[in-house]
Amino acid sequence: MKRFPALFVFMVAMSLGVVAQQTPTAQSTQAAPAQADTSALEQKVRDLEDRLVLLEGEIRQLKAHGAQPPAASAPTTAEQGPAPTTTTASAEQPRLGGAGGAASKALNPDISVIGDFIAGAGHNPINPTPAFQMHESEIGLQAIIDPYARGDFFISFGEEGVNLEEGFITFTALPAGFVVRGGKMRSAFGKVNTLHNHVLPWVDRPLVTQNLVGGEDGIDDAGFSVQHIIPAPKNWFFEFTGQTFRGDSSDVFTSSNKNDVSVVGHLRGYRDLTENSNLDFGVSYSRGHNLFGSDFVTHLYGVDAMYRWKPVRRAIYKAFNLRSEFIWRQQNQPSLTACATITCPVNTFAGFQRAFGFYTSADYQFARRWFVGARVDDSDRPFNSRLNDKGGSLVLTYWPSEFAQIRGQYRLTRYAENFDAHEAFIQLQFALGAHGAHPF
Amino acid sequence: MKSQFKYRLFTMLALLCVAVFLPSVAEAKKLQVVTTLTDLAELTQEVGGDKVDVEALAKGYQDPHFVEPKPSFLLKLRHADLLVLVGLDLEIGWLPPLITQSGNGKIQPGGQGYLDASQFSQILEIPGGNLTRAEGDVHPLGNPHYWLDPDNGRRIAKGIAGKLAEMDPPDQAYFQQREQDFEKRLAEAEKRWEAQMAPYRGRKIVTYHRSWPNFAKHFGLDVIGYVEPRPGIPPTPSHTLELVNLMKRENVKIELIEPYFDLKTPNSIASMTSGKVVQIMPSVGGKPEITDYFKLFDYDINLLIQAFQETK
Repeated sequence: MKRFPALFVFMVAMSLGVVAQQTPTAQSTQAAPAQADTSALEQKVRDLEDRLVLLEGEIRQLKAHGAQPPAASAPTTAEQGPAPTTTTASAEQPRLGGAGGAASKALNPDISVIGDFIAGAGHNPINPTPAFQMHESEIGLQAIIDPYARGDFFISFGEEGVNLEEGFITFTALPAGFVVRGGKMRSAFGKVNTLHNHVLPWVDRPLVTQNLVGGEDGIDDAGFSVQHIIPAPKNWFFEFTGQTFRGDSSDVFTSSNKNDVSVVGHLRGYRDLTENSNLDFGVSYSRGHNLFGSDFVTHLYGVDAMYRWKPVRRAIYKAFNLRSEFIWRQQNQPSLTACATITCPVNTFAGFQRAFGFYTSADYQFARRWFVGARVDDSDRPFNSRLNDKGGSLVLTYWPSEFAQIRGQYRLTRYAENFDAHEAFIQLQFALGAHGAHPF
Repeated sequence: MKSQFKYRLFTMLALLCVAVFLPSVAEAKKLQVVTTLTDLAELTQEVGGDKVDVEALAKGYQDPHFVEPKPSFLLKLRHADLLVLVGLDLEIGWLPPLITQSGNGKIQPGGQGYLDASQFSQILEIPGGNLTRAEGDVHPLGNPHYWLDPDNGRRIAKGIAGKLAEMDPPDQAYFQQREQDFEKRLAEAEKRWEAQMAPYRGRKIVTYHRSWPNFAKHFGLDVIGYVEPRPGIPPTPSHTLELVNLMKRENVKIELIEPYFDLKTPNSIASMTSGKVVQIMPSVGGKPEITDYFKLFDYDINLLIQAFQETK
């Protein structure tokens, strides 16, 4: 790092030298009045100043990109002469310094850590939660791999183990506007399934996600994803995502042999209603094999919609979101005699099951740091769709800053077993390191 | 009957294809440029003239830190030949996912169509030493509100002209000529602005966010405090009181507030210090009448001078 000031002085000296050489020629050609002389001088000073600023910019870029010479955008200036000198000088200097130290650090991925601590109170024997838990510590490592791709890793440390939540490469420079991903990723089924815990507007996930779409982990699997924007009438946005996975996701899909792959398809539509509001909607489908074996298939259908309002002129103070997802899960199940040989989930019922569930949630930001929200839950159980759970939640969130969040949630769940669970949660979330993108 | 239907279907499909692809063929000659902020769009338009189509993502009255990454922006980005951004992490909360999802290889970081305008500009407030977020939402690479110095405006225009020439070599002379013309007009305007502001050099002011160091430096204003206790942290009562005391001690009357911040705290500060809140525009398009880079400074400087005159 210490070499940069030296390099800078060197480059400034070089450019001064070049300008000094040019000055006599410039002056001898124009025998003009003093006025013109002064303005010419002023111009020279300004040009010099501009060159200095440019060189400073180059140094900043060098620092930011480590030993790489500035990317393809070597600025073209009015004076073409000295440009090659400075570029070679700047490109050579870091090489003399070797690859160690600051240069190698500059190429490290962006690192972030997000902590998620939850305290819970209340009685719930069906879905018990501990009094205090360091629910999740998510480490994000993100970087641009090469001019054609970027890589993203999200590793979550739970209370009991480590899980690769996501780890994938995104090919960003494919022809015809295709975006392809390979690796392990949260699938594009609906809205909530794509979201990491820390961007949810609640402490927990909706009942329908818990019951029908694999709970917290959701459909999160290894495979490929292809995404493409579909031509549409003006101001409409349509995008299709097609994904193929190994076929192992929580209690949703189980792959008993190599051919038991699962697929996910998602069509997203979007339209700006006004400058301050928009509508985002989608339909999803997913198919895979379930835990009863290769002969038993689970189908998931989903419809999601979200209305957002955020006044552009007061974007940091006010916002309102209304969202809802409807999910149908249909699956083949063997007769109960099969449960003698394989472990069936509790309450499994024989034959074809058609389960349905939904949530509707609204949240309102009423001050720069305060948000209030509510959610209604309803969902059948997947392995016995005659059992139905219902629930509701109230949420209050406070943001000390963009990087920390305190949230309280009261949750009432009326389980199919005719049991009411009243629970309260306090959640602390905090982010370290690289500034992540704001959720949308 | 069936074949007639097939024929009709085929014709309709063919027409649809033509409708979708024809406009892009017709406009293929113009460079499609997308910028994050209106100011960069304006500067690109100045040098690009009728050889470019320019569109900005954010509005001039919008907080550039908190733009929503709407999918409708993807419709603009996917066909862009060039993306011009402010950089220095100003757009970090919303631009990176848009670039990734655009499916446009040209505008990916490091690509030919990715232009970070900060490389051409004089950057102030580059933090040194140990940096933590105890200092708020700091920008580790320096203050990103650099376009508010007309000298930087000139440098950015020059940089953009260079980039346009690189992408469209036959029109190099055109871009260069337009850039020189812009530089000339800007130099004249600068003389006028500097003359207007000359009587107020050295005046102390307070701003809401750290958006004005380049502007203050250029016009010789002295920013002695901020309504925000730390960048990105909303005002607190204790800090507000400190600021009021500081303003009284230093006899500071002027508060510059960006249009996207709440006026409640600034107004109460103004009433306690018998000062004045000036809602100054950081970007082109902040008001309907601010239609270009020149009018941005015209507007802000007129507003400032008026405020200086009213407070003394």
